[in-house]
Order: sequence, then C-alpha cells, then structure tokens
Amino acid sequence: MGVMGLIYLYNGHIKICTEDVAQTPATSVARFCQISYPIWQHCRQQKDFCDSLAGSGAEFTTTDRLPAHVCTCCWRWSLYGGFNMAKILKKNKVSTKGTKKTLNKNTGTEKTPEKSSSAKRRERKRKTVGKLKGTLKTTKKSPIEKLDLDNVDEDELLNEGEEIIPSEDEGGSDDDRKHQKLLEAISALGGKKKRRLAERSEATIQISEFSVDAKGEGEKINLSDLIQTIAKTPAVSAQTKSHLKKLKLEEKTVDSPLTKPETERIQRNVAFQKSSEEVSRWQSIVKQNLKAEQLVFPLNQEAPGPKPLEQVVCGWKARTPLEQEIFRLLSVNKQPINDPVLTPIEEESLKAMSLEDAKIRRAELQKARALQSYYEAKARRERSIKSKKYHKVQNKAKRKEFVKKFDEMLKSDPVSALEELQKLELGRMKERMSLKHQNSGKWAKSKAIMAKYDDGARKAMQQQLEVNKDLTQKLATTLSDEEGEDDGETSEPDMLPDFVNEVEPGQDPANPWMRGQLSKDPVDLTEPSVPETAAAVLISEDEEEGPEETEEEGLLRGFAERRKQRQEQEAENEAAKNQDMEVMTEENKAGAEKAVASHDAADADIADDDEEEEEELSKFTNLFQELKDSRMEAEASAMVAEVSEPECAQLQQAMFRIKSLEDMDLLDQEEQADPAEPNAEAPQPAPLESKGADKKRKRKRGIDLAEVLTKEATVINVPLAPTAVEGAEGAAHGQEEQRDVIKEAFAGDDVISDFLKDKRREEEAGRPKVVDLTLPGWGEWGGQGLQPSKKKRRRFRLKTAPPPPRKDGGLASVIISEKRDSSVSMHQVGALPHPFLLPEQFEVTMRAPVGATWNTRQAVKKITMPKIVTKVGAIIQPMSRDDLLKHSRKQEEEGTAGEPKKRKAPQRKRSQKRHKKTKN
Amino acid sequence: MNATKLERVLAKPFLASLDGHRDAVNCMAKHSTSLSTLLSGACDGEVNTHTITICFIIAYCIDFYEKEFTPFYYVCEDPSLHLLDIFGGKLSTFNPKVKVWNLTKHNCVRTIQAHEGFVRGMVVRFCGTSFYSIGDDKTIKQWNMEAPGYGVEEEPINTILGKTVFTGLDHHQKNGTFATCGQTVDIWDEQRSTPIRSFSWGVESFSSVRFNPVETELLASCASDRSIVLYDMRESMPLKKVIMTMRSNTLSWNPMEAFYFTCANEDYNLYTYDMRYLEKPVTVHMDHVSAVLDVDYSPTGREFVSASFDKSIRIFPKENRNSREVYHTKRMQHVVCVKWSADNKYVMSGSDEMNIRLWKANAAEKLGVLSHREKLAANYNQKLKEKFQYHPKVKRIARHRHLPKHIFTEAKEHTVMREARRRKESNVRKHSKPGAVPMLSEREKHVVAVVK
Repeated sequence: MGVMGLIYLYNGHIKICTEDVAQTPATSVARFCQISYPIWQHCRQQKDFCDSLAGSGAEFTTTDRLPAHVCTCCWRWSLYGGFNMAKILKKNKVSTKGTKKTLNKNTGTEKTPEKSSSAKRRERKRKTVGKLKGTLKTTKKSPIEKLDLDNVDEDELLNEGEEIIPSEDEGGSDDDRKHQKLLEAISALGGKKKRRLAERSEATIQISEFSVDAKGEGEKINLSDLIQTIAKTPAVSAQTKSHLKKLKLEEKTVDSPLTKPETERIQRNVAFQKSSEEVSRWQSIVKQNLKAEQLVFPLNQEAPGPKPLEQVVCGWKARTPLEQEIFRLLSVNKQPINDPVLTPIEEESLKAMSLEDAKIRRAELQKARALQSYYEAKARRERSIKSKKYHKVQNKAKRKEFVKKFDEMLKSDPVSALEELQKLELGRMKERMSLKHQNSGKWAKSKAIMAKYDDGARKAMQQQLEVNKDLTQKLATTLSDEEGEDDGETSEPDMLPDFVNEVEPGQDPANPWMRGQLSKDPVDLTEPSVPETAAAVLISEDEEEGPEETEEEGLLRGFAERRKQRQEQEAENEAAKNQDMEVMTEENKAGAEKAVASHDAADADIADDDEEEEEELSKFTNLFQELKDSRMEAEASAMVAEVSEPECAQLQQAMFRIKSLEDMDLLDQEEQADPAEPNAEAPQPAPLESKGADKKRKRKRGIDLAEVLTKEATVINVPLAPTAVEGAEGAAHGQEEQRDVIKEAFAGDDVISDFLKDKRREEEAGRPKVVDLTLPGWGEWGGQGLQPSKKKRRRFRLKTAPPPPRKDGGLASVIISEKRDSSVSMHQVGALPHPFLLPEQFEVTMRAPVGATWNTRQAVKKITMPKIVTKVGAIIQPMSRDDLLKHSRKQEEEGTAGEPKKRKAPQRKRSQKRHKKTKN
Repeated sequence: MNATKLERVLAKPFLASLDGHRDAVNCMAKHSTSLSTLLSGACDGEVNTHTITICFIIAYCIDFYEKEFTPFYYVCEDPSLHLLDIFGGKLSTFNPKVKVWNLTKHNCVRTIQAHEGFVRGMVVRFCGTSFYSIGDDKTIKQWNMEAPGYGVEEEPINTILGKTVFTGLDHHQKNGTFATCGQTVDIWDEQRSTPIRSFSWGVESFSSVRFNPVETELLASCASDRSIVLYDMRESMPLKKVIMTMRSNTLSWNPMEAFYFTCANEDYNLYTYDMRYLEKPVTVHMDHVSAVLDVDYSPTGREFVSASFDKSIRIFPKENRNSREVYHTKRMQHVVCVKWSADNKYVMSGSDEMNIRLWKANAAEKLGVLSHREKLAANYNQKLKEKFQYHPKVKRIARHRHLPKHIFTEAKEHTVMREARRRKESNVRKHSKPGAVPMLSEREKHVVAVVK
C-alpha cells in the first residue's frame, strides 16, 4: 500500500491527501487526490460497510507510519460520518512497529516519555471518540459529547500504543508551525470548522509526524487497497464481500447525476409522450365523426320508444325467499333470467347454424350427389360405346376444349398453364422414348406383311411413320436446343419456338412463357407476379373455404375414390380382354392401346390421333408465336412508354390549355409526331438551362408532324442521364456543354415556324367564313351540268362582317385567344373548389339536381339531409371515455365480422335480432 | 341564389340584451345541466366600493316543440326542466299538455356580492348544484346554486384564501377537483384548502387555465410570457409549452376532438393547435382587427366563437382560416367574454358596457316550431346554398357582411400592411443569398419555440 493519507470530505467528494513525507518533510505539502466516485457511492449506499470496517477490526496492510496530524484529520473525518478511520490508523501503527524504531534511531531525536505519554493519551482519546462515533454513525456531535466518551478503554489503548511514543514526539517547534499551517489549510478547504481547529491544534503541538519515510509514496489509494483485508475477516458478511468484488471488477466510474433542469426535462418529455399517446386514442373516433354523413347530437342519446323487457328487468333483484327460490331453480336449470326468449343452449345452437343455412347446405349437398351419380352414369355409358369414330370425335372435342381452356388459363392463371404445358412436354418425351409408332410392334409387323397387297395397311403404316417422324423431329429439335445447337439439324421455324432458349437482351427472361419448358422457377419470375399473386390469392381463398366445406368435400372425395376404383377395375378387365384379342385385328389393337392409355394419365392426354396431335402442336407453336409477338409488343410498348413518360406529363400539363377543337387536333398531331422524335426528346435538358430554352421547350408541343418529318432529324447518341457540369472544369466549359445539349435536344424542330403556323391557324379560325345558301334548281332549271346562275349565287352567298381586329395582331410573338366570353365568365367558377380534384367531378356535382322536381322523395330527403342535427333543448355533453370504449368495441366487432356497420341505431339492431330469434 | 339571398335577408342574429350589471362584465359561466341559466361576473369601475354582481339569468326561450309527441315522463327527465323547477315559482304555469312553450324571461334571478374587486373567473360544478368564483381579493368561493330563502343572507358554502391573486378558474369535468391560475397553476381538491398540486415553469403569471373536457386529466394554460403550457393533472411536471410571438389571452379545448385546442391571441389571430404537435398550429384564424379576448367552442366541436377588443364577435368553422360570421351592434363595446350555449343554438357575449347579449349561432335560422314542410324547405335551401357556394355571384352575396366603419377601415389597413410586409420580405429574399431568407408559411410565423 502506498501512502496512507487523510480522507477528507469536501463538497460531497472524498479526497485523500497523501503526504509526501520523504521528499518534502519540512513543508509537508498535502497532495489531494480524488477517490474515484464508486467508492464514495459504495460507502454511502452500504452503511454496513462502514460498520464492518469499524466494527470488525479490519486489517490494513500498510507498512507506513502515519503522521499525527493525519490521524487528527482522519478522526475528524470519521466524526463527520464516514467509516472509522481511527481504527485503521491504529492498526497501521501496530503493524509498522519495526520500521518505526529504525527510523527513530536514524533521526536520533528522542523526547522524554512523560511528555510523549501525555500527547499519546490525548491522541488516544481522539481515536476512541472517533471509533465510537464511527460505529454509532452520528453525523455531527458537539465536542462535549466527545469528551464524555473519553474514558472508554483507555488502558487498553495505552498498552497497545506503548511503542509508538518515541516516534511521535519527534520534530521541533518549526514542524509544529508547519503542521499548524497545513491543518489550517485543510480546514479552510472544509470551511466553517475554524473553531474546532483551534481545539485540535493544542493536541498536535508536541507530536511530530515528519520522521516517517514514505514507502510507495505518490500512489493513489484504491478501493482494492481498502478492502483487501475484508476477505480475511469472518465478521464481514458474504453479501458485502460479493458486492465489493463486483465493484472491484467494474472499473469505470459512475456518471455524475444529471442536473435538476435536465432531469426535469426528461420527466416532462416522458409525461408528454404518455399523454399524447393517450390523446391519440381519440383519433379514430374523431376521423369517423368527420366522415360521418350525418351526426345527431347529443351523440350517445338513447333512442326513444319502449325498451326491451330484458333491459327493464335487468336492474331488478329477487328479494323475497320465494323469488330467490325461483331464481335459484332457474339458474340451476340454466333458464334465461333476463332474456326470457332463449336458453344458452338454444343460443348456442342458433349461433352454430341457422335453419335457412342448414337448408341451403343440404340442398347443395343433394345437388352435388345427384350430379355425381349423373356423371358417373354418363361416363359408364360412354365407355361402353365401341364406335371408333365416336371416340375420335370425342377426343377431338376434348382436345378443343382443352385448348380453349388452356387459352383461358394463359390469361387467368399462367402458372398452372405452364404446368399443363410441361405435362404435355413430358408426354411428348415419353412418346419419343417408347417404341410407339416405330412400326416395330406386332401390329406393324403384321401390317408390313400385308402392306404389299393391302393399300389400307400401307397407308396406316405410312401414317404411323409420319407421326413418328413428326414427333421425333420435333422432339429432336427441342433436344438439340437443349444440348446445344452444334447438331446442325435444321429445324422448322414454324414448329420450333427457337426464342424459347435464347436469351435475347430485349426479352424478359422472367416470363415463363418465353422460357417454355426450361424452367419454371418462380423465384426468377419477376414479371408475372401479378397473376401469380392472383393465383396465390385464389389458392388461399380455397384454403380458407376449405374448412367450411369439409363435409361436402369428404363426400365428393369418397365418390371420386369409389369411381376411380371402379374405373381401374374396368380398365383391367378391358386390358385383359384386349390382350387376349390383341393378335387379331386393328380395331382390337387400337382398343388395347386405348386401354393402355387409360392406365397412363399423361398418355391419355396426348392421345393417339395423329392429325389431332398435329393440330395441337400447331396450336401450341402458334401459341408460342403469339406469345412471342405479344411479348415483343409489350416490350415495344414499354420502350415507348419509357421514352414518352416525360411526354405524358407534359401532355397533361398541356391539357389546361386546350380551349377549342383545333387545339384537340393539334394534340392528335402531336401524338402522331411523338414517336418520330424520341431521339430528340430523350435527353433531359440540363439544369442550367436558360429561360429562352425553356420557352422553346414549351412551345415545342405544337410541333407539326409534317414539319418535323420534312426536316431531317439528326440522329444523336446522347447519354441517358443529363450531363452534369463538373465544377473543376470551369463554368465556361459547362455552359458550352449546356448549350450543346440544348442544341442537341432541339436539333430536329423549327420552333419559330411552328409558332407562326399556329398563329396563322388561329387567325384563320377567327376569320368569318362565307356562307353559301344557294339551292341549285330553286327558282331556275337544275340538273346535271347546270350551275346556279351568278345572280343567285351572288345573292345567296352571305358574307359576314369582318371581326374586330385581333388583339395580338400587332404582337409578333404572342397568340391571344379570343374565345373567352366575358359575359358568361362572370357566372363561371374561377378555380376548382377545394374538395374537388378534377373539373369533371365538380361538373358532375353541379349537374346533379337536388330538388324534388327531379328526384324521388326519398332521394331528396337523403340528398338534403343536414350534416349536423341537434336537438333543441338538449345539452350536448363533451365526448366521454365511454364513447371511446364503445367505439373501440364496435371497431373490434367490425374487425371480426369483416363488414362495416352503421354507426347509428344500435337499438334497432337489437330489436332485429330479437325478431329473428322469435322467428326461429 | 334565392336561398342565399333569403338567408341574408333573414339573418337577424341578435336576440336579446341582458342588463343588470353595474359594471363591465368580466366573466361568464354556462350552467352544466341547465340551458336556461347563465352566470356572469362583473367588475365595478367605481372607485373604492368595488361592488361586484353575479347574476343568475334565465336567459332565453326554451322551446318544447320537439317534445310534443313524447310522453310526459320524458319531458320531466329533461335536466333543464329540473332546474327550471328549482328556480321557478315563476314556472307554475308549466303544463305538459301545452304543446308549445315559449318562455322568454330575460331577467336577473339572483345577485350576489361575491368579491372585492374584479370577479376574475367563475365555473359551475359538473353536477350543477354549486359554483365557484374567484376574485381580486385572493379568494376562491363556493356558492350554492339555489338561492337562499327570503331574508337569509347570501353566504358562500366555502371560502379559500389564497396567497396570490387568482386570474383563471376551471372545474374538472367529472371529479371534485378544480384548477386555478395566477402566479402558478394550482390543482385543488374540493375538500382541501390547499392545492394538491402546483405547477410552475419559469417565472410567469397565467391568464387562463382550462381543463380538457374529453381527456379530463389534461389542462392547458396561457401564460404572460407568451407561452401556452400543457399539464397533466397526474404528473408533477408540466408537459410542454409553446412560445408564440404574442401573448394568448384564453384558450378553449374542442369538446369533441380531444387533441385540438384554440387560443385567442393578442396579435388579432386565433390559433388552433394539435396538442401533440405544437411546432406549428393546425390553422391560423385571422379576421379580427384587434386583440382577441375570449374563445369558446360550440358543443358540437365544429365551430367556435371568439370575442375581440374590436367590439365584435366572430364565428369560425374550426378548419377555416376565415370567419363565417361576424356579429356586432352599435352599442356593444369591447367584448370581454363569450360563450356558446350547450345546445349549440345560441351564443352569449359579455362586453364592457355592462350588457350580456344573446345571439343566434346561425343568424338566419328560424327559432320556434318548424312544420315538416318548413324543415324540408330549410334543408333544401341549405343544400342549395352549399352546392352553389362557389359561384361568384352567389359567393358575393353570401359573403357580404355589413361592418362598422372602424372595423372595415382597420381591416383594409391590415390588408395593406400585410401586403407591404409580404412585399418587403420577398424583396429581401430577392436580394439575399438563396436560402438565407426561408419561405415561412403563415402557420410557422407565429411560433417562436417549443420548450420541452
């Protein structure tokens, strides 16, 4: 341990004064170092710590001797209510006996024992007082009290401290003076303790303290130093020890407490948050009231009229023994007490299912069953038909239907359509792998024998071969695509949708249709997300509906299973039969094939009819083609959209300026012109654009198609993003670039001539036209090749008076429209009023009549319903928390029911319910 | 057009003037359960004597035409009738079988000498059986609503002597607690003579304090240091305050929308705040040409009425910037206090020239019994007015109000001043660095700071 110093309480901190005895014994300047905060905190929190330090006689392993004035000060501090320092000091002295002696010899200054003994006694007195004070933990006591405690254990102390005596009386009057000074300095720090200082000074007169060499001087005192001994003392509780250990571990100091204003601010903030949250609960009710079509104040008014009996009875209680008996009986039997209509069981059953629902459900089930049996019978009948032609027609019809369905599916549910497609693809693969249509079967061999003589047989074989060829060719091409195109097999462009596997830059790789059978990984699919989600929604809906219809479904499933079993049995029988007859004839062969096909569902889908297959194939190839085309179109349109997106905004802006049909014509022209000039439009004019350029751009909307097309549009490659002006390059350079960009942007169009044209057109439109009212053959001969006479013509050609000169006649660069009629505009609404977003909306509202002449009575009543109705003579109370509760409950109900309900008339609702109940 | 014209023709808002005070009316209080009762406190300008009168006034006609078909017990349950019963030997003629009741008694029922000096505030207890008053004599007094018998002296039920002068008073909506303001904002329990809570934040004096009628534990007060302070009765600290460019005189909470309140400011404007977002007001209502002294919400929470030093009262829709109505009379002086009746039909204003005036809330509304056809016609006309309100000619008629000369000229002057200010600002903006003079909306201009 370092230098044991004095602990001093100053402004709420503990300070330890280490004394540099060895280096500056003469001055004994006190160095103050601050104990880290946690110690202080800890000492304060744990009063028992102080107690334990004092009471248990904790040992402190100091080798240093403590000077007398240190003791004094320690004593003083302990008096203030810290832990018992006197005790510590005492222990120190005991442990440092040996060194003291040697020191004394070295210094060689000894004083008479009598003198020292008196000093010692005083010293001891102080110590004991301190100790006692420490244990009692009194904060402050008068010196008189201290003196009362003097007698305690004096002898013991005397014996103990015998050897200290010679060490203490070292030093002369000089040291005393200095010590006095020091004490004064210290006490000055503490303030207001002057009186007691004087008291103490006489005690230290003869005690010198500067004969100590300071080992480990300059070290700070640590908590660990102080509490080391605690571990050894059994009297200290385990809890305290663990606390101290914890303290040891955490090195950092605790932050100083916040200032009062800061804490207050935090408190205020917290409180404000809380109350604003509370207030926010009203938000929904406020919103609802604002939106309500009609509010009747006072809000929570009870509807007039007779109340339901239950409510009236509700407050009544059974008092007489008879009544109580009756009520007990009722409650035991779960009979309704308040609501005399329904028992809880009845209510439950009602809740479970109403009669009508049940009826509907039963009817549905019946219908399902009937349909089931009907279809089963039909299927059986069909299967028993042996006509080949019939089946052919059937298959054809089926296929057609399938194709139709597939088309629909393409639009509605592309995912499942893709699955279907893949199924087909798989069927084709299987077909290729099998030896079907290879002319290698028994039937084919027999045919081969017959082929020489039988034309029909030859034809049949050829047909089969063709089918085979078609299939293999087709599949080979797809295969070659899959494997790579180095096979060199030429593929028919019609048959092969070659775009399937190509990664075209323009095409969307995400589209499942474009990729065909390659993959249907939905993760990659970005584009068809909408139909997918739609499908997902459908599925989820199905899932939701699932539990409701379990019974039905179960029934249906049972039927289906039974039917399947039956089918299988039949098919097996048939197969067996066919196998027997297989050798015999074509028909039988076909039948057998069919039977086999019936075993394999996928095969059945593909079927065996060649033309139909071809048809199907061509259908699908067409489909692919269509898809491709549509894809391309879509892309093109997307591109156009991309290009014309800023255009659209401009057009919308331009809409405000439309004032006549001619303007509309102009607009049309623009629309035509637009695709021709994306190049010129693409680069956005850069930010530093001048005003003139801006004007130009605005004007440019009136571009004439012919005009634009006559000029040769210079094709410019411009980066998509507007070129930014680099600051480092200098402003001049930037401006030049800017100008270039602008020039580029408007390279294709001649703005001025456009404007002039526009103006001319306006003028033309404004000029009065000659009205020709001549009727050929009226008043003279008419017919082919005859013209009305000049006289007539002159007479009936009406020239209207020339209009007043145009306002913009003298202004070269302005077009002033003269279409505005001031006499009408006086009565027109100047700007679109607030709640309306579109002029059309406003016009519609204005057009809709309100009065009874044009509407039915009910409609008028509804239209003219005032928004707020107050009742005369009724006090409207402010909204209360009950309203909020009601509102939230209602909202919850709505949330569960999933349908909005009306705010008004809870009474009526209740009565309706009752009505229903009684009906049931 | 016709409907609008008719409305203007029939707009006769002034109903009655209630006199009886011998000095300017300083405060008023609505009765919490009776529509026909109004309390008003005045200040007597005469030197030394300081006689103060508090009047009970049966204020205006009560029409029972709405209830003509309802059974008898229903009518009896009506709270206003109860009180009429209490007050009235005069009501002995009451007969439930009479279908139309037209009682117009504008007379003072009771006069109490309550305080020495101004009566600063008055409030009726939520149950309506007693009321509180505060005055310049540093006392809070509780009075019985029922007048004492003949020959018995008027004495308060309870008197609390405070340390400082109280300037504002409000009662809790449901509990027996009330709040006063002066040097601090104090929350009192009715049973105790010392405040149960006392809020202060900085050194200021408060001019008014109001309980939130919906979220009943919240309060707001206007302080003389131009701030509006929010409190929660349950907390030991105030919640937040907003400092404005000028002082607010009073404020009023919206009784239907818990988080909105409107304050009447010295800068001729009213500001509606959302208490959660004090950074800028929701709406600035500007039409007055002098300091606004009082504001009160209609019980439906859709409109409020404001009283101004410019001798007029105005009615604002809560979301509009401009007023929809202005009331004034030749003899009405500075209006100090204003109240909107609890049935949303009438407005009461108390002014400096010792009178309380009774106005219709809707100027053109017909009072009294309306036949079914009349009702339908009124609704239809209302709808028509709404529909065609945007048309310039209709708008011109609907907006036209006759104003006293001083208001008219001052309003003109203010527009000129505003324009000048705007122009100057734009000029400054033009000649300073871009962004140095920010564009501030009208709403942002008046808030100096929000102190958390």
